[in-house]
Amino acid sequence: MSTKRTPFYQKHLTAGGKMVDFAGWEMPIHYGSQLQEHKQVRSDAGVFDVSHMTILDLKGTDSKAYLQHLLANDVAKLTSSGKALYSCMLNNSAGIVDDLIVYYIDEMFYRIVVNAGTREKDIAWMQQQLQGYQATLTERSDLAMLAVQGPNARTKVFSLMPAHELAIAEPLKPFTGAFIGDWFIARTGYTGEDGFELMFPATQAEKVWDAILAAGIAPIGLGARDTLRLEAGMNLYGTDMDETTSPLVSGLGWTIAWEPNSRDFIGRKALEAEKAAGVQHKFVGLVLEDKGVLRSHMKVHCEGGEGEITSGTFSPTLGLAIAMARVPASCGEHCQVDIRGKLHRAKVVKPNFVRHGKSVLA
Amino acid sequence: MSKIPSELKYTTSHEWVRDNGDGTITVGITDHAQELLGDLVHIELPEVEAEFGAEDALAVAESVKAASDIYAPVAGVVVDINDAVLDNPELVNSDPYGDGWLFTLRVEDMDVLDSLLDAETYASSVDEA
Repeated sequence: MSTKRTPFYQKHLTAGGKMVDFAGWEMPIHYGSQLQEHKQVRSDAGVFDVSHMTILDLKGTDSKAYLQHLLANDVAKLTSSGKALYSCMLNNSAGIVDDLIVYYIDEMFYRIVVNAGTREKDIAWMQQQLQGYQATLTERSDLAMLAVQGPNARTKVFSLMPAHELAIAEPLKPFTGAFIGDWFIARTGYTGEDGFELMFPATQAEKVWDAILAAGIAPIGLGARDTLRLEAGMNLYGTDMDETTSPLVSGLGWTIAWEPNSRDFIGRKALEAEKAAGVQHKFVGLVLEDKGVLRSHMKVHCEGGEGEITSGTFSPTLGLAIAMARVPASCGEHCQVDIRGKLHRAKVVKPNFVRHGKSVLA
Repeated sequence: MSKIPSELKYTTSHEWVRDNGDGTITVGITDHAQELLGDLVHIELPEVEAEFGAEDALAVAESVKAASDIYAPVAGVVVDINDAVLDNPELVNSDPYGDGWLFTLRVEDMDVLDSLLDAETYASSVDEA
């Protein structure tokens, strides 16, 4: 299978992007230094090409009812136009098919963003579940998507906007989006910093990219995207959770809308059974107390048994190794991580390390 | 194009070797290796006086991306390590052949250095990869 390219491919090359295969897409891993790019986003503003992600528009009279069945979180929480909701999409055994963001435009129109690596299976699953509902799902491969993130991201984006656009973009609250003509601009992201995600016609891609760079926003690769999201305690699909793990053992219990009891969403029965039987694992953050780097698949030894790191890295902001791990529910405040055959002590914390550029560790 | 100084010897596993002329060699990783690894964030070095055989793993360089073993180019005893890179691993990125050196070995039989790659051979092996 040949790799796919986003409309920004040439721009990445021009910016010195080192291109790698990511979920079948040729994407920049970094443009020189991953660490520098990470710091750029924490201290100023950076732009990520996220056009490989999948934008889906759901339209029709049954859109809301369909999503209330499809998703573990409840779109009934969305009542003001543009409001976003993070949710898991489960299978019948409560395994996670994907995690996604759904934007409520109105009761007849929702915009959904799912992952790149899960595009085909997600669309097949969503189409299958759509039977019997009056709604249509359309992939918006005509759109490009950029994320602009960092403490100065919004101000720098505003500097590019004429007054009538500014009037819409400036009042946007966190986790809310709005249409500006054929653009959709949302105050969302995947870094723990403020900023926007911008969706717009792919035909404008190169012009937009140039304008954003000219506004002093630096290009950031997928490498820094991963360390930023990990510091922010945000799960990565396929790494931290997949179809074999439920939200209850993936730190995503908070995204399940149990009420109202009558809402029969896919996976509900399996989740209830898992809860009734007692959830066996918990999802935690780890902070290494020694020098070294935590990596995914390292074994974690704690009271009550063995667990595993799902994502690990060196945190550029904190200057030490951090990880997310799935461990036995009885795991205490400390554990030992097996790093190449040697056990190293790590502190067990909430899986959330950095927010708005600062440590949230006690 | 990465830098490959002509006066040094090299291994296929991307270590460089400098003959200090006093029965010791200094070892680091090549410019090409640091480029492949990306930003280094953690280095583990051997204990001084530890003895290693040729191709024994004796150090680890960890970048944001991956951990990579570093091998003894030839058999020898560790006589010095570069403490500076333990606190500042980025020295290996910024100056792989200078301030980013890793350790010095005392070598019994300096003739074994002849078995290492010269700069030209190493350069062509990097080109092929």
